Amino acid sequence: MQHYSGFGLVKHGLSHHENWQRMWRNPVPKSQYDVIVVGGGGHGLATAYYLAKVHGITNVAVIEKGWLGGGNTARNTTIVRSNYLWDEAAWLYEHAMKLWEGLSQDLNYNVMFSQRGVMNLGHTLQDMRDIHRRVNANRLNGIDGEVLDVKQVQEIVPIMDCSRNTRYPVLGASWQPRAGVARHDAVAWGFARGADALGVDLLQQTEVTGFRISGGKVLGVETNRGYIGGKTIGVVTAGNSGVLAKMAGFKLPVESHPLQALVSEPMKPILDTVVMSNHVHGYVSQSDKGDLVIGAGIDGYNGYGQRGSYPTIEHTLQAIVELFPMFSRVRMNRQWGGIVDTCPDACPIISATPVGGLFFNCGWGTGGFKATPGSGHVFAATLAEGKAHPLAAPFSIDRFISGKLIDEHGAAGVAH
Amino acid sequence: MLHIYCPYCEEYREEEEFRPKGEAHIARPAEPEATSDEAWGDYLFFRKNPRGLHHEQWYHAAGCRKFFNATRDTVSYQILETYKAGQQPTVSAAASGKKVAK
Repeated sequence: MQHYSGFGLVKHGLSHHENWQRMWRNPVPKSQYDVIVVGGGGHGLATAYYLAKVHGITNVAVIEKGWLGGGNTARNTTIVRSNYLWDEAAWLYEHAMKLWEGLSQDLNYNVMFSQRGVMNLGHTLQDMRDIHRRVNANRLNGIDGEVLDVKQVQEIVPIMDCSRNTRYPVLGASWQPRAGVARHDAVAWGFARGADALGVDLLQQTEVTGFRISGGKVLGVETNRGYIGGKTIGVVTAGNSGVLAKMAGFKLPVESHPLQALVSEPMKPILDTVVMSNHVHGYVSQSDKGDLVIGAGIDGYNGYGQRGSYPTIEHTLQAIVELFPMFSRVRMNRQWGGIVDTCPDACPIISATPVGGLFFNCGWGTGGFKATPGSGHVFAATLAEGKAHPLAAPFSIDRFISGKLIDEHGAAGVAH
Repeated sequence: MLHIYCPYCEEYREEEEFRPKGEAHIARPAEPEATSDEAWGDYLFFRKNPRGLHHEQWYHAAGCRKFFNATRDTVSYQILETYKAGQQPTVSAAASGKKVAK
């Protein structure tokens, strides 16, 4: 792998940047792998990277039906935070946060992780009580957090309407300074490049059409490029997880919904943090390119079409314009949808399945991007050892039978 | 914007008047005390979530405030039929065969 550095940039500048090495190979599938990861998004690529790096398992394939990082990894609003209420969720997301903090160095790839702080607004007394409770819980778990009053909120975001004249006045906020944003595509590309360098085969435009299962154990996958054998198979296919589970013969407690995002035309820097509101339901940040990145809630109906409905866009922009009246004349550039697999308790599933050797990592719902390195890290350990990593253990699929749910619905103070 | 035919109001109205309410035709176990944890978990949490035709409940929240059912394609979002609560669908994935979008 070609090492990236400032010196390299100068050196390649002398040859007009025409001799950069390809970031990854485009290999022909082998007939047998130790581990197959189905799904070449951020989580799948991170899983493959950590399998090779931490566990020394390099005979690994990542099978992707489209192109790398072309699903939800490319469609989210890039927010990274770890201020979840319940211990199990907080530990998992904080594990990811710690990996984020060293990720660019670890991958030798700039993922543009920017710890510009995330603010979760409170608009009612109950919001503020929940914020106090969540911040206290976070601090007990060693996660940074502060409760801000409206004056402090106004100091950090002067352009927000914090007056009492709005329908839902801002009363305060929770504030996680270590949270922020990262460049979503770079995360997928960085993990892909790192995994490829360690010997992982990244198989694009290869669609899984079925599983070969014998005696309750998985042997491999059928694809449009033929059969590929794998001793252990990890499925990380977000919105299509239910479809893959059906191929393997069982049901998942997930439902697929469209989740939309939109970006505005690029503007001069105006917002240097991330503002989220659960109550009026919208979140906004400004990318390094200058466009406002805006998101909100899922479309209520089940859907696999990667687009959303207009009423949802309208609700989203109502919330943003109420908070930021100066944005009312900003023109929106693009709008799109991704398919998120939502769990009844808004927490992921990282779990063994009724089929031996087949593991699923899914159900991240609307909040998967922030967990990308952590999800890959614990899922790699789960695949390597054949049993759940301690941080992943509470997220077993069994919790929907035992009733031991981790109810982050609303508890995390955002938009699920 | 979907235009949805409410079988009670007997007219097409805009999507904003309605709320989707998830999979239809889920029967509550007749004897909860005698139901196993697996069956109860299945009833509460596990859904078909099909890529294709889906029988689902809708609520006419800003209209007659009644629940009804719809058969909708979850890829094209086309609504093939709506029918009153308690009735059975006339369109199903098996019957429509290849017509379901992939």
